[in-house]
Amino acid sequence: MKPAVFSQRMPSFGRVNQVPRTAETHPLTWRLRDDGQTVWLDEYRQKGGYRVAETQLAHKTPEDICRCVKEAGLKGRGGAGFLAGIKWSLTARGEGIPAAYLVCNADEMEPNTFKDRMLLEQLPHLLIEGMILAGYANQAVRGFIFLRGEYVHAARVVERAIGEAREAGLLGAHIAGTDYSFDLQLHVGAGRYICGEETALLNALEGRRANPRAKPPFPGQAGAWGRPTVVNNVETLCNVPVVLEHGPEWYQALARPESGESGTKLMGFAGAVRRPGIWEVPFGISARELFEDYAGGMRPGYRLKAWQPGGASTGFLLPEDLDLPMSSAGMARKGLRLGTALALAVDDRVSMVALLHNIESFFSRESCGWCTPCREGLAWAVKLLSALKDGRGRAEDIQQLEKLVGHLQPGMSFCGLAPGASEPLRSALALFRDEFEATLARSPPLPA
Amino acid sequence: MAIAFLSEAEQQAIRAEIAHYDSPRAASIDALKIVQSHRGWVPDEAIPAIAALLEISSVDVEGVATFYSQIFRQQVGRHVIRLCDSMSCFINGHETLLAQLQEILGIDAGQTTPDGRFTLLPVCCLGHCDKGPAFMIDDDIHGVSSLFPEGDGGGPLRDGDGGAEHGVRDVKVALMRLLEEYV
Repeated sequence: MKPAVFSQRMPSFGRVNQVPRTAETHPLTWRLRDDGQTVWLDEYRQKGGYRVAETQLAHKTPEDICRCVKEAGLKGRGGAGFLAGIKWSLTARGEGIPAAYLVCNADEMEPNTFKDRMLLEQLPHLLIEGMILAGYANQAVRGFIFLRGEYVHAARVVERAIGEAREAGLLGAHIAGTDYSFDLQLHVGAGRYICGEETALLNALEGRRANPRAKPPFPGQAGAWGRPTVVNNVETLCNVPVVLEHGPEWYQALARPESGESGTKLMGFAGAVRRPGIWEVPFGISARELFEDYAGGMRPGYRLKAWQPGGASTGFLLPEDLDLPMSSAGMARKGLRLGTALALAVDDRVSMVALLHNIESFFSRESCGWCTPCREGLAWAVKLLSALKDGRGRAEDIQQLEKLVGHLQPGMSFCGLAPGASEPLRSALALFRDEFEATLARSPPLPA
Repeated sequence: MAIAFLSEAEQQAIRAEIAHYDSPRAASIDALKIVQSHRGWVPDEAIPAIAALLEISSVDVEGVATFYSQIFRQQVGRHVIRLCDSMSCFINGHETLLAQLQEILGIDAGQTTPDGRFTLLPVCCLGHCDKGPAFMIDDDIHGVSSLFPEGDGGGPLRDGDGGAEHGVRDVKVALMRLLEEYV
């Protein structure tokens, strides 16, 4: 097959293609081309691709692989940060239990997250190799890549890469001459943020409305079509060949010492920074390194007012918090989640009230409507924020917003969407209460 | 027969999708997308036709069709503009872009131009947060760099401030130039 170049006005090429990269320091991205074009099969193999899968399938047991991934401390890269090795070890297997399915969550839709798209468009074979290994470790008979519908270019690339791999005997019956058989199917979605929630994703895959499912049973026991199902994020799966090639100790040492993390992480900064982009960096670097050394600080004329570490569902931090490490433990010091580690800079010319109105409108629109706190609570929050934004708000509205935050906490709703939506609101009300209150002065008095 | 509403080509494509899955229902989203790719949208008569092919109820198919935002149950224009309204693009000046598009097209988000050429819709984060405000026209992704190919690709387009870097009027000129490619 000849490599195809799909024309695109805005290619996935970005800062990640412009930094010096080595296999030792950038195990995920060193194979990227400087021009941002897709690394197709021939080039991927020239750069050592699929060697790990061939070696591991021939010489290691699924248990060996699970153990190695667990020891390496590979955490899920989709935002929740659950240990992949633990997830895999909980996959039901044994007599009378149907063989597992592996699902790659490529439903990248968290606002300000643009890392999986880059991997899908530029390194599809790294993902396929990771899925072969994850499939083998979980003895999965079949894999699905659940891709969001708007990633049109990624769909073309992945479809073609699957074809290349199949033709080369890397997918299908007896992969690379071993006893293991596994094939991949690309499933392209049709919109809705909620599909990224893993049980909602399974409903979408089965052709149903993407309402989340009750847990337990967890997907590892009964997932797609009732089979044990492992759901992993794109970046997580792309890390699997790296972990298995170099071993747990080497992988752990990639992260900053004492960070409590392993490996490298795709991190980024967007907003009015000089150099918005993503980069592969040691897990646990400080947010300041990311913001200043990589993103170049703010553009002239803009001052940093607040920032979010990893997506719309993470809380706000202040400029003085930039010295925190970009790690789960680092963010936990402020009671926050790291999320996807793609940070957003909020500059001094952005109104926090208007920004929160934008964020909560997103969550309200994307609520699947299944449970009341999320369906009604978010719509109410949007109504209140809209009034405040337009100078129609009352002091009670701010108190009501605080009450709503309480109703959207973990445990109050069916899935994680509402707690995720409450996080930026809670932190913005705490850190920027003055901005909310300043809108009140503009409010006309209530009619008598 | 309800199925007969669908063309041979549509039926064949849907049957091919059904073969990929453990149960025919799994092909429901694909089936809707197949009809949409042939007709631009999913008319009422297609719902029972798809239901009959998948051997599920029409209500189930309609439930799926109305859940997913990229399935159109109303007629749309020849070209669909999907404008990212998530927070990074909001910060990068999505509202400027929206206002300019509304002015050029004479429609609000959610509407279709009277000549049936463009439909303007909001969409969640398109994953081009470093190049936003991002938008799609049909299958093509666009952002600041497609509006200003000679620029450095950065800087908000916000009214009043970023406008100084790009010139809000220039945004309109650039948008009009781009839209000309979609006849």
